[in-house]
Amino acid sequence: MTSKLEAIDVTVRYENPRTGVATLALSGLSLRVEPGEFLGIVGPSGCGKTTFLYCVDGLMPLSGGRILLNGRPITGPGRDRAVVFQSPSLLPWRTTLRNVTYGLELQGTPLREALDRAREMIRLVGLEGFEAYHPLELSGGMQQRVNLARALVMGAEVVLLDEPFAALDAQTREFMQAELMRIWGETRKTAVFITHQINEALYLADRVVVLSHRPGRVKSVIPVNFPRPRELRVKRTPAFLHLEDHVWSLIEEEVRGGLRSAADA
Amino acid sequence: MLEEKARLSLPAAGGPGAFQEKSGGLEDRLPAPPGGVRRRHRAASRARLISTVSIVVFMLVWEGVVRLHLVNPLFTSSPTRIAAAFAQMIHEGSLGKDLRVSGSEFLLGYALAVVVGILVGVGMGWYADVAAALQPFVSALYSTPRVALIPLLIIWLGIGIWSKVAVVFLVAVFQILISTEAGVRAADESLIRTAHSFGANDRQIFTTIVLPGAVPFLIAGLRLGLGQALVGIVVGELYAATAGIGYEIAVAGETFQTDRVFVGIAILASTAILLMWGLRRLEMRFESWRPQRQGAGR
Ligand SMILES: Nc1ncnc2c1ncn2[C@@H]1O[C@H](COP(=O)(O)OP(=O)(O)OP(=O)(O)O)[C@@H](O)[C@H]1O
Ligand SMILES: [Mg+2]
Repeated sequence: MTSKLEAIDVTVRYENPRTGVATLALSGLSLRVEPGEFLGIVGPSGCGKTTFLYCVDGLMPLSGGRILLNGRPITGPGRDRAVVFQSPSLLPWRTTLRNVTYGLELQGTPLREALDRAREMIRLVGLEGFEAYHPLELSGGMQQRVNLARALVMGAEVVLLDEPFAALDAQTREFMQAELMRIWGETRKTAVFITHQINEALYLADRVVVLSHRPGRVKSVIPVNFPRPRELRVKRTPAFLHLEDHVWSLIEEEVRGGLRSAADA
Repeated sequence: MLEEKARLSLPAAGGPGAFQEKSGGLEDRLPAPPGGVRRRHRAASRARLISTVSIVVFMLVWEGVVRLHLVNPLFTSSPTRIAAAFAQMIHEGSLGKDLRVSGSEFLLGYALAVVVGILVGVGMGWYADVAAALQPFVSALYSTPRVALIPLLIIWLGIGIWSKVAVVFLVAVFQILISTEAGVRAADESLIRTAHSFGANDRQIFTTIVLPGAVPFLIAGLRLGLGQALVGIVVGELYAATAGIGYEIAVAGETFQTDRVFVGIAILASTAILLMWGLRRLEMRFESWRPQRQGAGR
């Protein structure tokens, strides 16, 4: 069986057009995501997680390597993928409802159907009653949930999530994690989930990829074998805490390494 | 308009009314969005009241100082004298023609400026090559005081309305063009990326992201252009004309008929106020999503 998603030796270099300074964001990153898998990605800030996600979405050209989706190279954005962006990126002149229908409208979904699906998704992310609000009238966490709904409503095969819950308070965050688990459990899409919170990655994912400091490579891949469906309680079991500790020390090494190489430079 | 367009371009799947989620029944069931419509109304009517009172007070003081012989009416006129001169001018019958002449000069020149300014501004903001091709001309003409071109325009187009249409067009078009270009350029990169990610093509990016984002710039350009256009009429007619409000002002001024000068000024001012109000309404129509800034001192 081919992997759903396969990154081979991915390298990305940013070139600043004004100064000509190049930043190597990713260097030789390779990983696979199997169909229906939930992959978590953690790594120090600035290591290239968002960059990788943009590459998978086809928003950014690679400087080297390849990314295959269903065995075929990615050439640009497509209906088979949907992104929950790190910053909400909502259209400020559109209401919650019409922000969620936005992607569907662009793809030519009949508005009637788009509205129905959007209302359903808005309910799932807990924003019922806020359909007619504009983004500037919502809190940061609510905006982020609109962002989430806008991507999930597309029903894409691969969902790419870039720290979708970072702006939420602890309780809402746990609630949304459980909701996401439930929605994902029903649809069994493939998911790539970036987060800074290790226990979030471990709770949600089948495998967690730890990236090195910039330029990002895969430092280590950790299988997470807790049975599904997972209760939030699993986060407090000794096995979970042990794994969390392990990942934490891996990242700590990288953060230290990153600081050291920054000091050397 | 844009939301409207997006709505219309989609296959209608439930007859009319199916799309009215904003103005239709849904809103009734929702909690009122913050910033309360009622509060906005109350603030607006309060502002209107204060404006009215301040205008009335100004008029009364003006009339008062003239009646009390504190100032010479030859220089300042007064509200009642202006009203009398206005009635007299209507009676003479030339005012209708003046309004028609100046009105057509303004409408033709400004409309042309709006169309050309927006089209070229969008072109320059959206296509780097168009900007590169036109930028030298725009910069050169924009920095030239365009009223200096009036003698040329009169040589080319005569002293009828077309020279003034050209003046109005020339003074108004650049404000509109430059604002539009800036608005298109200012499009939010992260929104464009989002649209790309959802598979939007260039046309969709333009209509759903770039244009709505440019609306405040566009309206600002229309407003600046409007002020310039009114100046253009007057200066053009002062220079050479056979009729028009500016022409009336020039003639009355040369013969020390202060009251008549003020009639002309009042007509120009009320036109400006009316049109600015129209633009403000237009802006509110498109910008209603922006939460109102809560003013200080209340
Ligand atoms: N447009 C850009 N131009 C130049 N450099 C960039 C650009 N975008 C990102 N970078 C650089 O690439 C590196 C990786 O950025 P990226 O946003 O992918 O990090 P990240 O892992 O998502 O970080 P965080 O966890 O803080 O979101 C950073 O060092 C950043 O400075
Ligand atoms: Mg990031």
